[in-house]
Amino acid sequence: MIQTLDQIFVLFKNWLVGFLPAGWQVAAGVVLCVIAIIAVYPALFAIAVLLERKGLGRMQNRYGPNRVGPFGLFQPVADGIKALVKEDIVPLRADRVVHFLAPVVLVPIVFMGFAVLPMGRHMVLVNMDSGLLFFFAMGASTELAVFMAGWSSRNKYSLLGAMRAIAQMISYEVVLLLSSVAVVMIAGSLSLVKIVESQNHYTGIFPHWYVFTPWGLAGFLIFVVASTAETNRSPFDLPEGESEIVAGYFTEYSGFKFALFFLGEYVEMFAVAALGTTLFLGGWTAPFSFLGWVPTWIWFFAKILTWICVFIWFRGTLPRLRQDQLMNFAWKFVLPFSLLNLVVVALWRFLGPGWEQWVICSAILLVAYVVMGRTAFTLKNIGPRKYRYAE
Amino acid sequence: MSIPIFVISVLTVAGALAAMTLKNTIHCVLALTVAFAGVALLFLGLDAQFVGFAQILVYIGAVVILVVFAVLLTRSSETPEEGSHSRTWFTGLAISAGVFAVLGWAVLASVNGLPNETAAPDVNVHKIGNALMGRYVLPLEIVALLLTAATIGAVIVAMHEKARTK
Repeated sequence: MIQTLDQIFVLFKNWLVGFLPAGWQVAAGVVLCVIAIIAVYPALFAIAVLLERKGLGRMQNRYGPNRVGPFGLFQPVADGIKALVKEDIVPLRADRVVHFLAPVVLVPIVFMGFAVLPMGRHMVLVNMDSGLLFFFAMGASTELAVFMAGWSSRNKYSLLGAMRAIAQMISYEVVLLLSSVAVVMIAGSLSLVKIVESQNHYTGIFPHWYVFTPWGLAGFLIFVVASTAETNRSPFDLPEGESEIVAGYFTEYSGFKFALFFLGEYVEMFAVAALGTTLFLGGWTAPFSFLGWVPTWIWFFAKILTWICVFIWFRGTLPRLRQDQLMNFAWKFVLPFSLLNLVVVALWRFLGPGWEQWVICSAILLVAYVVMGRTAFTLKNIGPRKYRYAE
Repeated sequence: MSIPIFVISVLTVAGALAAMTLKNTIHCVLALTVAFAGVALLFLGLDAQFVGFAQILVYIGAVVILVVFAVLLTRSSETPEEGSHSRTWFTGLAISAGVFAVLGWAVLASVNGLPNETAAPDVNVHKIGNALMGRYVLPLEIVALLLTAATIGAVIVAMHEKARTK
C-alpha cells in the first residue's frame, strides 16, 4: 500500500501508456511526463502567488486579497482571466519581432530545467548523466530572453532593467555554480538522481543531508543568497525596482505577455528551489527515518513550498540593495568564500570520516567568515552616521 | 545524414548567414545565437552531452551576453542608415575562405589517419572528468593560467583609463 502510494504517478503513467501499441509507449510516456510538468508548476504558481499576496499582506499589517471566493482563494483565477482578456499593447517604436519572441523564448527554457529534477523516487523525466550541467545551461539561456525583452521595448527603463538583470544574473550564476560544485565533488556525479540517492542514508533517525555538514551548510547559505539574486527576488530585485525603473525589463509588456513573464519568474523560482532541495536538502528523502512511509513526492513539494515561504519572508523583511552593494557582495565576499568552500570540501574528502574533519573544516570556514566580514567592515568605515546640513 | 541533423545544420548555417547580412547589430547578435544553439544541438545529436551543454552554457550564456554588452556600451549600438556593412568585405571574404579551406582540408585529411572504429565510443561525464584531472591536467592548468592572465590584463587596462581621467 505504501509502495503503491509512493509510486502512484509512475503506476498511473504505466497504466495509461499500456493502452497503446508497444512501439508508441516510450514516446507517449515522455509526452505524459511533459504534460504533468506543464500542468503542475503553473498550478503551484497560482498557489504561490496567492500565498505571497496573503503572506506579504499579513507582514505589512493588511488583509491581502479577500474578495474573490472564500478567503480570496479564487484570486489567481480572476487574475488569469484578466490577463487573458486584456489588450496587448506593443509600443510604436518597438522591435515587434524581438518584442514578441522574448516571452516565447523565456517560458519553454524555464520549464526545461525540470526535465532532470527527480520529484520523487523514480519520478524523473530524463535521468541524464550530466543533469546538473543541463540545468545550468538552461538557466544561463534565460538571460538572453531578458535582454531581448529589455532591448526590443525601446524604453530606457526597460533597457536599464535588462542591463541590471544581466549583470546581476551573470555575477550570481558563477556563485551558484561554485556552491553546487561542492556537492558534486562529494557525490561524485553530475546526475541529480545519484546526488539524491547519495543523501538517502540515516544515522539513528537523522538523515545524511549535505546541509548537515560544515561545507554543506556554507554551500547551502551561499546557494540561498545566489538563488534569491538569480531569480530577481527581493532583496536583490533591482532589475524591477518599481521605485526607480517602473518594472524593469517587462515595463512595456501588457496582457498575456506580461503574465508569461510573471509565470516565467515564478517557475524559475520553483526550479532553483527544487535544485537547492535536491543538492542540499536531500531531494525527496524524508527528514527523519521513521517518516519514510510518507510518499516521496510529498516531501519534495513540501520542501519547495517551504523554500517559497522563506523567499516570501525575505521579501517582507529585507530592504532592497544598491547596485554597487550587490556587485561588491557578489565578487568580493560570496565568490571568495565559495572558492574557499571548494578547498574545504577537498579537505573533508581527504581527511576521511572521523571527528577531525568536522573540527578542522568548521574552524576554517568560521575563521574565514569572521575575518572576511571584519575586514570588509573596517574597510567600509561603517560607524555612526554623520549628518550634513545645508548652511 | 539523418533528417534531424540535416535540419539542424540548415538552421545553423542560416543563423550564421543572417548574422552577417542583417542590418541591425543586435539582430546580428541574436542570429549568431541561433547559430551557436545549432552547433550545440549538433553536438547533442552526435551523443556528446558534455560538450553540447558546455557549448550552451559558455556560448549562449556568456559569449553572446558579452557581445551584447560590447555592442551596447560602444557607439555602434545605433545602426547607421546605410547599414553596418564593412567596405573591405572582399578581403574579409578572401580570408575566411582561406581559413575554411585549411580547416576543411585538415578535417578531410584526418579521416584517413584515424582508426576505423565501428562501435560508437562509450564516453560519459565521469570519464571526461577523470581524463581532465589525470592525463590532461597540464593543458588544463595552462588554460586556467592563460585565462587568469587575461582577466588580470583586462583589469589593468580598465584601471589605467580610470587613473588617467583623475
